[in-house]
Amino acid sequence: MFLPFFLAVSMSFMSEVEVFSYPPKFLPSQINFKNYKEALDIMNLKRMLLNSFIVATCTTLGKIITGTLGAFAFSSFNFKGKNTLFFTLFITLFLPAETVMILPLFMIMSKFGWVNTYWALIIPFTASATNTFLFRQHFMSIPTELEDAAKIDGATPMQYFRKILIPLSGPMIAGASIINFVYAWNMYLWPLIVTMDNKMKTVQIGVKMLIATDSTNNWGIIMAGTLMAALPTLILFFVLQDLFVKSLVTSGLKG
Amino acid sequence: MKWGKYTPFLLLIPTFLIIILFIYWPTISSFMLSFYKVSPFGDRKIFVGFDNFINLFKSQAYLNSIKVTIIYVVITVFSVIFFGYLIALLLDNKVFGVKFYRTLIFTPYAISFTIAGALWTFMLNPVAGHINYFLDRFFGISANWLTGQPFALISIMITSIWKMLPFSIIFYLAGLQSIPEEVIESAIIDGTNNWQRIWKIKFPMLSPTTFYLIIMEITHSMFESFGIIDIMTKGGPVETTTTMIYRLYLDSFYFQKTGEAAAQSVILFLIMCFITFFYFRFGEKTVHYQ
Repeated sequence: MFLPFFLAVSMSFMSEVEVFSYPPKFLPSQINFKNYKEALDIMNLKRMLLNSFIVATCTTLGKIITGTLGAFAFSSFNFKGKNTLFFTLFITLFLPAETVMILPLFMIMSKFGWVNTYWALIIPFTASATNTFLFRQHFMSIPTELEDAAKIDGATPMQYFRKILIPLSGPMIAGASIINFVYAWNMYLWPLIVTMDNKMKTVQIGVKMLIATDSTNNWGIIMAGTLMAALPTLILFFVLQDLFVKSLVTSGLKG
Repeated sequence: MKWGKYTPFLLLIPTFLIIILFIYWPTISSFMLSFYKVSPFGDRKIFVGFDNFINLFKSQAYLNSIKVTIIYVVITVFSVIFFGYLIALLLDNKVFGVKFYRTLIFTPYAISFTIAGALWTFMLNPVAGHINYFLDRFFGISANWLTGQPFALISIMITSIWKMLPFSIIFYLAGLQSIPEEVIESAIIDGTNNWQRIWKIKFPMLSPTTFYLIIMEITHSMFESFGIIDIMTKGGPVETTTTMIYRLYLDSFYFQKTGEAAAQSVILFLIMCFITFFYFRFGEKTVHYQ
């Protein structure tokens, strides 16, 4: 399972001669960062990494904010139309609208004048049923006595939300953040169609461009670029693996 | 004691604003567009009723994309479930170093389908790639993995399975670890062998996991796989790797067949509705809970 990464890493350090040697080599004769430098220079890969970072961070923030607020409404209040609203959200749970409805969504973006902007890459993804349900599930596991006590003390809903619910959801928020970040970082089809200007492209599109435009087909450079695109999520994963896996499983089995 | 009457609605505004603007609106507009013939620049529309749908089901290209999707989804999802379960069984023990192997095996989960496609494009490359070299060396086989006819689809499937496996393994592993030890112990006392415990006791107990995984992996392989296909084969050769989502992309943005593309969106939407309905209607009933 890990072999492709191993080969890619070793390829990324090889010189052009070594890349095309026959039989293919498994290890570079020396560690050489030339390919990484070149991959950054051929295209504006630095800018693309920055774009991906901005997009993934803002999307994550948005999903956490809308998700916790919405979840609070569903977990602590009874109101007219609750079931209808819940169901309306529920239908979208498994629907990847940015993929299935790609053309009309693109038309909406051009109506708003958002094509080629961060808005198009961020705003449509700042709310999701998955996040709302995940937090709702968690908030409902918090003892209602806390809520009653807050009410008796005369706390406003937002005070209860900020001072009690959110602090009690630390690990949940952290876990959801990682999953949302990785999801946003890895998006491909939507950024592919909604950005034309190289300055607005995300790093996933950069990987495609490296493969498509590098005329020499120097796999050392392509693999160096690909690894740089994968590095942020890989680091997140290696460092926070336990939290990552735990949140993934809770979000799935109980969502 | 009651909190404000309007508070919940205020709290829900952000979520619903986004959902309505960017999920419901495009969905409704897909339905509407699917009944029109639209000129390439979108300036003229003629109502054509169900013509777009009828044309789609008469079009060789669309029928082919359905066939490719079915082959691809069935084989990929089955493999991911089957091997995911087996690998999870292997990882579900407390041998020294198992955590290290787990990390290595989970790795493809963290990368995108696009990057998975790039890694395998390199490995399957006829010149610099390692796979052809070894196949040639040991079996005397050499194939055009990305441009040859059954091979391109096989390559796409192998890459997708590699990328999607960790997701299944993670869920099966969590499931296996939640099976109470008494269940396994009493099964051992009853004289079952290992094989029976794996398939007759553990697997049925994990049926909620299996059910969830099948649904999720179907969605992944239908939609997310776009990244792999676009990087590795671009739907070729002769459309043997053009799945329904790739067809939708081509018709929307290359051929600008707006009406037909909208009809395709509607079909995909209905498939997803069916899957969601199926999941919640039968998922809760037929699966085995401990």
